[in-house]
Amino acid sequence: MPQLKAGETIPELRVTPDRYVTHRYAGASGDFNPIHIDEDFAKQVGLPGRILHGLWTMAQVARAQTDAAGGPERLRRLSVQFRGMGFPEQELTVTGTVREVAGEVAVVDTVAEQNGQQIIRNAEAELAVG
Amino acid sequence: MPVRTEAVGKTYPPAVYAVGREKVKEFAAAVGETNPVHLDPEAARAAGYADVVAPPMFAVVYSAPVMAPAIFDPEIAINFATMVHGGQQFVWGPPVVAGDEITTTASVKEIYEKDGKGFYVFETVSANQRSETVCTATWTNIVRGV
Repeated sequence: MPQLKAGETIPELRVTPDRYVTHRYAGASGDFNPIHIDEDFAKQVGLPGRILHGLWTMAQVARAQTDAAGGPERLRRLSVQFRGMGFPEQELTVTGTVREVAGEVAVVDTVAEQNGQQIIRNAEAELAVG
Repeated sequence: MPVRTEAVGKTYPPAVYAVGREKVKEFAAAVGETNPVHLDPEAARAAGYADVVAPPMFAVVYSAPVMAPAIFDPEIAINFATMVHGGQQFVWGPPVVAGDEITTTASVKEIYEKDGKGFYVFETVSANQRSETVCTATWTNIVRGV
């Protein structure tokens, strides 16, 4: 399994959500809030357009951690703050740095950015590394 | 209008969610998971799991049947027009695989007002059919202009 050491970065995850990803995630998650799937509705409520589900974006942050740690079971905790909005068809980047490794747990500070704006920030992951 | 805090501590009836293989695959595909343990039962078995493994964020799916009534609770009266999902935490236990039955309970952990915003914090605890806690989640919704 990959080594995670304090001060090192985890492999960056880059993904460009396609035009219909919010529809597929709505079906998969059950969250059909129209701000995610209806362009006209989103604009009516003052958004620039349909926005990504925050929890879909969080899933990308989770994926960056499980990819780095070597499997789904290694992600023990993930805590995030949602800020701003994410949009389909624009590249999203997840980065992270190992803050500390204590015993068999690595703590990773991680963020998700789109267009230079952090849409998930102050996120903290705990990964089992034992 | 001040936030209504009477519901702090309130709990909601548990909901049981039966984890299906195709649902796990659908969710994994929707979030871009490519690890075959989420998608292919043979690969999952080869890795030592009974069936395909739910990605950690599948917690959203098995928590939903109990979270929905909680956030729509008229006693809490969240103003959805100005609500945003402010923060989220999941703490995971043993993995969830297709065939598991997950029972989730929800409660209102905190309701408070800060800087003109209302904070509504819910907690869900999910356990599998062996009573092992597979996920504890904290859901923070923020309402502007309370």
